[in-house]
Amino acid sequence: MKPLHILTWLVGALVTIFAIGGLHWGLAQIGWISFFDWSFYFEVSAAGLLQGVMYSLVALGFVLIFKASGIFNFAQGSLVLFAALTMVGLMELFERDFGIRLHWVLAFILTVGVMVLVAIAIERLVLRPLVNQPPIILFMATIGIFYFVDGFGQALWGSDVKVLDIGMPIASAVSPLGVRMNVYDLIAAGVGAALVAGLGVFFQYTRIGRALRAVADDHQAALSVGIPLKTIWTIVWSVAGVVALVAGIMWGGKAGVQFSLALIALKALPVLILGGFTSIPGAIVGGLIIGYGEQVAENFIGLEIGGAIQDWFAYVLALVFLLFRPQGLFGERIIERV
Amino acid sequence: MRLKTLCLAAAGAAMLTVAGLPAQAAEQYVPLLVYKSGPYAPNGIPMAAGWEDYIKLINARDGGVNGVKLVTDECDTGYNNDRGVECYERLKKPTAAAFQPLSTGITYALLDRVAQDKIPLYTGGYGRTSASYGPVFPYVFTAPLTYWSGADIMVQYAKGQEGGSLKGKKIALVYHDSAYGKEPIPTLERLSKEEGFEFYKFPVAHPGLEQKSTWLQIGRQVKPDWVFMWGWGVMNSTAVKEAAAVGYPMDHFIGIWWSGAEPDVVPAGAAAKGYKALGLHLPGTDIQLLQDVLKYVYNGDEAKAKENAWGTVLYNRGLFLMAIEIEAIRQAQEMHGKGKELTGEQIRDGFENLNLTEDKLAAIGLKDFTKPIHITCEDHEGGGQAFVQQWDGEQWKKVSDWFSPHREALRAAYKEDALAYAKEKGITPRTCK
Amino acid sequence: MLYRETGQFKTTYRADQAIFPILQDKIGVLAILAFAVFVVPFAADNYLLETILVPVLVFSLAAIGLNILTGYCGQLSLGTGGFMACGAFFSYKLATAFPDLNLILVFLLAGLGTSVVGVLFGLPSLRIKGFYLAVATLAAQFFLIWVFNKFGWWTNDSPSGVISAPPREVLGFVVTSSEAHPISKYLFLVVLVAVLALVAKNLVRSRIGRSWMAIRDMDIAAEIIGIRPLVAKLSAFAVSSFYIGIAGGLWAFIYTGSVEALAFQIDRSFQVLFMVILGGLGSILGSFLGAIFIVLLPIALNVTMLAIDPTFSVALVSDMEFMLFGALIIFFLIVEPHGLARLWQIGKEKLRLWPFPY
Repeated sequence: MKPLHILTWLVGALVTIFAIGGLHWGLAQIGWISFFDWSFYFEVSAAGLLQGVMYSLVALGFVLIFKASGIFNFAQGSLVLFAALTMVGLMELFERDFGIRLHWVLAFILTVGVMVLVAIAIERLVLRPLVNQPPIILFMATIGIFYFVDGFGQALWGSDVKVLDIGMPIASAVSPLGVRMNVYDLIAAGVGAALVAGLGVFFQYTRIGRALRAVADDHQAALSVGIPLKTIWTIVWSVAGVVALVAGIMWGGKAGVQFSLALIALKALPVLILGGFTSIPGAIVGGLIIGYGEQVAENFIGLEIGGAIQDWFAYVLALVFLLFRPQGLFGERIIERV
Repeated sequence: MRLKTLCLAAAGAAMLTVAGLPAQAAEQYVPLLVYKSGPYAPNGIPMAAGWEDYIKLINARDGGVNGVKLVTDECDTGYNNDRGVECYERLKKPTAAAFQPLSTGITYALLDRVAQDKIPLYTGGYGRTSASYGPVFPYVFTAPLTYWSGADIMVQYAKGQEGGSLKGKKIALVYHDSAYGKEPIPTLERLSKEEGFEFYKFPVAHPGLEQKSTWLQIGRQVKPDWVFMWGWGVMNSTAVKEAAAVGYPMDHFIGIWWSGAEPDVVPAGAAAKGYKALGLHLPGTDIQLLQDVLKYVYNGDEAKAKENAWGTVLYNRGLFLMAIEIEAIRQAQEMHGKGKELTGEQIRDGFENLNLTEDKLAAIGLKDFTKPIHITCEDHEGGGQAFVQQWDGEQWKKVSDWFSPHREALRAAYKEDALAYAKEKGITPRTCK
Repeated sequence: MLYRETGQFKTTYRADQAIFPILQDKIGVLAILAFAVFVVPFAADNYLLETILVPVLVFSLAAIGLNILTGYCGQLSLGTGGFMACGAFFSYKLATAFPDLNLILVFLLAGLGTSVVGVLFGLPSLRIKGFYLAVATLAAQFFLIWVFNKFGWWTNDSPSGVISAPPREVLGFVVTSSEAHPISKYLFLVVLVAVLALVAKNLVRSRIGRSWMAIRDMDIAAEIIGIRPLVAKLSAFAVSSFYIGIAGGLWAFIYTGSVEALAFQIDRSFQVLFMVILGGLGSILGSFLGAIFIVLLPIALNVTMLAIDPTFSVALVSDMEFMLFGALIIFFLIVEPHGLARLWQIGKEKLRLWPFPY
């Protein structure tokens, strides 16, 4: 994307946020909404956008794998859980058995190693025997992985809540321009942005990255110019594992590392279809739209109709976008021939 | 000839061993529905540990209940309703002492079945509130307290803190959007009319990782004077964190007794300091029963006991609920014959005539641990009491006196709801002598 | 040998187009039905009837429904749980509002209601395809559950949001609520499911069934040869939701007896999808096999592990159950991606010759 492009998007986004705010203000004036306040609105929007980045973190893993292999990887949620569990588990293990307080950076590196092993195992044991099967079968296989990894992680590390402390503030907040924002969320957003930038550079400028893009464009053509498909798949699953680890740290640091983390994959699905299965910027923009949309909806409309609407609202919002762009905002147009 | 005698002798010996078996001490079967896996495992594990340890203690210290050894069988429900039904069907026997499903959802699924199978269903501190009305639900027991009583006590406490009146105050309820979380709503709605406070509801969808907007509304928009919470599992710790993030005063945030244990506050770290919850029984290890468990079950190995959650709130809850079940077996033996294996139907009588006075509680090592419980045919709640406890960053501390809910009004409400159920189901309520 | 077809000549088109053209199949199916109706109820204990066979039958029906949509029409749906909830709550409202209404009629009406909802949520399928559609159907899943959970009207204002089935009779036997005997529940289900499965089997062999399959195989080509995607896709949604709705009603009324909206969470959708894929996409027989497999597998794993070593902690057993479940799914997909129904077909081919080499 060119800088001008990004600028247009930014301006567009700001205008939209103001427009939607104005709409709600108008609804409040005619009494359809019982409460509206501009500063509250901005706070909600900020919180929603930051939350959106957290969704994007999970969605990114899906996108990477779909891009490179056309597999809709349902196991991403359980990879998030497994990665976070492994990291905390390693830290606890070292402290208990060797009396060493493992620095979290070291634990992170060790866990990356474990995730690479997981990726290799998945490629060898699941993907390779299922090469050339229809997408729905591969999707099903990833659900099998989901169950296996869930059970394995818990059998290995136990089902207790584990506290992941990497020294991030939980409750402190800053208020630039009078909009209160959670420091933790800001840091998480920063990490998310850094991750996307890193992945962008990786895909754009490294040899492996170029090979990955080639595979994503056309498996057969990539094979024929000598790109080793299996290695690429292992790398992609490893990278997805690392993304899962980062997501797991961010989510686990907030709520404690435990089984429920595997369920956040469901929050990433509307982000995915909104942004398009194949686009990394799509995952980010989709995340922002979903995060913002569901927070605003829950806070201003939710109260009027009974609350807890954000679960389905995200999907309905994504559905509305889909009706206009069936491949998502940034998805590749599919040209169908008979 | 000699061969024949030998054979006969062998056969005779075999007969003797077979005949010897029934002479062995009687056993009482105690099925356990647990969940040590799945999203709610962090809460299910310590509860189950408390149950198991209490049974081990009774077997090791007393050699069973009046000499009747307790044997258990476990099934993991995963806090999943249909799996719970499967587990129940798998474990049920006519001689099952009682079932404790540890889930309001599973309780609802089992309500009818236990009446049919004649096995007591003991839902201590959870489940269907109106099942406390004995005439309609002869097999269900809810001692020591129900959710409606819990809501009533919370309101009493808030009222006391506000100087005796809640007029014009705002109270918000953050609840798990399921059968469990919805349970207190009718009572809070009724009390909001009587006491004159404004009542706001904030449902949180399962599993409860997403509460940003809930707390934005609470912290910025509604700004209630008190927040009550009916949460379970990861929802609790997330709520505590989000409440801290919006700067809600922790000492005005009270959880039900299922939202006041260590897994609920520890992940939130320092942010959780000051958070309150109701308690059914004392936290900590400074209790005769816990010391007994340490001595007889863990042979004094405190580190090993602590690894098994010994002394945490939910572990103590497990001990407490199992103690009541075992006391019901003891009471049933008083009525139907000591030292015998009893059927679920007979143990039901034990529950219904259970009278745990201060003295009896002291005798089983629970002095001051909880308040007396007296179950009758009419009242299966048994008149328990609760207090408010507070997390000081290290441990839970009791910070209020014991409260008794306004039982008159509550019992009338139980009766009304239970009779409506009986009508829908075509049950004729039995009459209590 | 066992499946020898020689000598079975078809002299009419009718005979050639029969559901079971081979005599052995016909006899086999009748024998299984007879066994299910006359032997099982008396041989099986209550545990087997109540917690294995009843859910297997209910799930089979749901799997047939999803198979019509996904297996025959190619529209991937993850909204099954939501549609089952529709069936359950519609049945409850009908049964409590009109206590004299025949139970079968209650289920059929609830199924019809669900198919209307299904058509509404099927509309996006005209524009969205593949996994995008799958995720879009999740909108139905979450929205429907929310509706039933939120509005007290659906539960007759039960404070906890739990509905519980009132006792109802069919032909003089109580089949719902805990008053019903497991045998009468089971027999009612067997008959109902058998009839509905027969209808489904005939439906997919009919003109409309063929139009679904044309859409599945290539929708653009199907459109060109004159099949209207609007009619074909929406009718698949309608029929599929009808079946799933009835299954939902049966779940609430016959299986668990009381149910809250959360019982039809997304896990339920995945469970049914497993059955369809593992059983065999585009196969009615596969729906049954898949349901048996998925219901039985976790329980069997759990019980076997405890039987092998009763000292296993239940936590470990549950974790192992998850792992083995996942591993077995992957294993079956690798061995036979076309599902258990395909395995049966291969077996049949083999039986044609067995035990003789040629």
